[in-house]
Amino acid sequence: MQRGCVFALCISSAALAADPPHAGRARNGSEFQSADVRALQSDDFANPMALWVERGEASWSRAYNGRSCAGCHGDARKSMKGVAARYPRYDAGAGEVIDLSRRINGCVVGGLGARKLEAESDELLGLEAYIALQSRGMPVNVAIDGPAHATWEAGRELYFTRIGQLNLACTNCHDASWGKTLLAETISQGQPTGWPAYRLEWQRPGSLQRRLRACFNGVRAAMPAYGSHDLVALELYLAWRARGLPMEAPAVRR
Amino acid sequence: MLLGRIQVPPSVKRAAVFEVRVIVQHPMETGFRRDYEGRIIPLHIVQHLACTYGGREVFRVELGSGIAANPYFVFPVVASESGEMVVEWSDDRGESGSISAMVNVA
Amino acid sequence: MKRRAFLRLSTLTVAAGALPADAQEVRDIAPLIQAITHGATPEEGGIEIGLPPIAENGHSVPLTLKVASPMTQADHVRAIHVIAERNPRPAVATFHLGPWSGRAEVATRMRLAGTQKVTVVAVLSGDRFRIARKEVVVESGACLDEGSL
Repeated sequence: MQRGCVFALCISSAALAADPPHAGRARNGSEFQSADVRALQSDDFANPMALWVERGEASWSRAYNGRSCAGCHGDARKSMKGVAARYPRYDAGAGEVIDLSRRINGCVVGGLGARKLEAESDELLGLEAYIALQSRGMPVNVAIDGPAHATWEAGRELYFTRIGQLNLACTNCHDASWGKTLLAETISQGQPTGWPAYRLEWQRPGSLQRRLRACFNGVRAAMPAYGSHDLVALELYLAWRARGLPMEAPAVRR
Repeated sequence: MLLGRIQVPPSVKRAAVFEVRVIVQHPMETGFRRDYEGRIIPLHIVQHLACTYGGREVFRVELGSGIAANPYFVFPVVASESGEMVVEWSDDRGESGSISAMVNVA
Repeated sequence: MKRRAFLRLSTLTVAAGALPADAQEVRDIAPLIQAITHGATPEEGGIEIGLPPIAENGHSVPLTLKVASPMTQADHVRAIHVIAERNPRPAVATFHLGPWSGRAEVATRMRLAGTQKVTVVAVLSGDRFRIARKEVVVESGACLDEGSL
């Protein structure tokens, strides 16, 4: 594996094996957190995300203009089971690959006639956390064929491209160096299965897109805008890379 | 809306000591952090949280920015009569919240 | 003692500029302790401070406190004060208990601005005071992303 990864570091665009280097040893993000953080995540009362799940649950039944999520989708515990595990996905209505938060807004605006929910708002994160919870424990299972394929390829290319002043690609840390320590932290595999998550660094929950923007910031690269193609493409590639891993959203992260 | 959650055991024996768990959504902003444009984010904290049980105060905490965001507390109470447990809290901007749970004493 | 006076004493803050955790100085917390005990010397021990020896992140550190006490009307803990000597505001929280609590125990999550000693002072019925301390090593994240929102 070492020689293969050194070779991968030398090329900047993707012409690599289809299977991620960690295949067979895929590990969720919680395995790279401290014992305290893991304990917090698995405690359904103390996990701060429970506050946002409760908010999302309340939003689910709340009427906007006489309509509600529940009005079309019924009991989320049934209708949303497995849904988050299949995102990002190609959406015919949008004509492109979208993530779950964009799908939620599609319903909020189109189905309920309400105003779009802002990125990283309590309302949007609450709904996303509540819906993601219904996939907890289920394997990630995204489609990358057909109209989604070009987006997946763009995500894969970006994943292997060195960027920023630190000139690092995602793969340099999350394939070549996972399990090693960086200052006091253990580098994770960068699996997306815990998001939206409560990040102690932020003192609040955030989306996977916020976390990815933070990575761009971390290597001193310009951060792609929320909802940008770069971020959605990365989300799709990461979800494919995580295929089969059990969802653990809504998680707690340092 | 200041959201909070409370957890008490489903039922408790008279005179037994049971645990109450409370979590409140609040940023507990320290007043030392800066935003993306370098401006200080102002102080914003829950200062006071109290719990009554059957109308009588059984727990109180004065807190500040040294308590983590989304304050979480676990405290013990002796089970007396069945009754309502009410937790109220208030912050430095005059906002307050309240949650309650029924304590069933066997 | 009155809460307002306690908090006023605890405002040992520096000017409102950015305060990186590693630059925090140890404050002199003796006046804080004096204010709690009205000048009396607290007895050492009798308090279990549950804190991880190494906290991965200073933003949220789990804290448990246990004071040995029968919690009877005659002999109980009335209040527990938590002080963090390197925090910009060393007075972290004051918990009020009584015989109705059954046990002198409390748990919460606190913030620690860097490696430091946490001091806990318990106020008992009959004007008695106890004190205990625990050292916590606080680590910092490698990929900090303040401002990434």
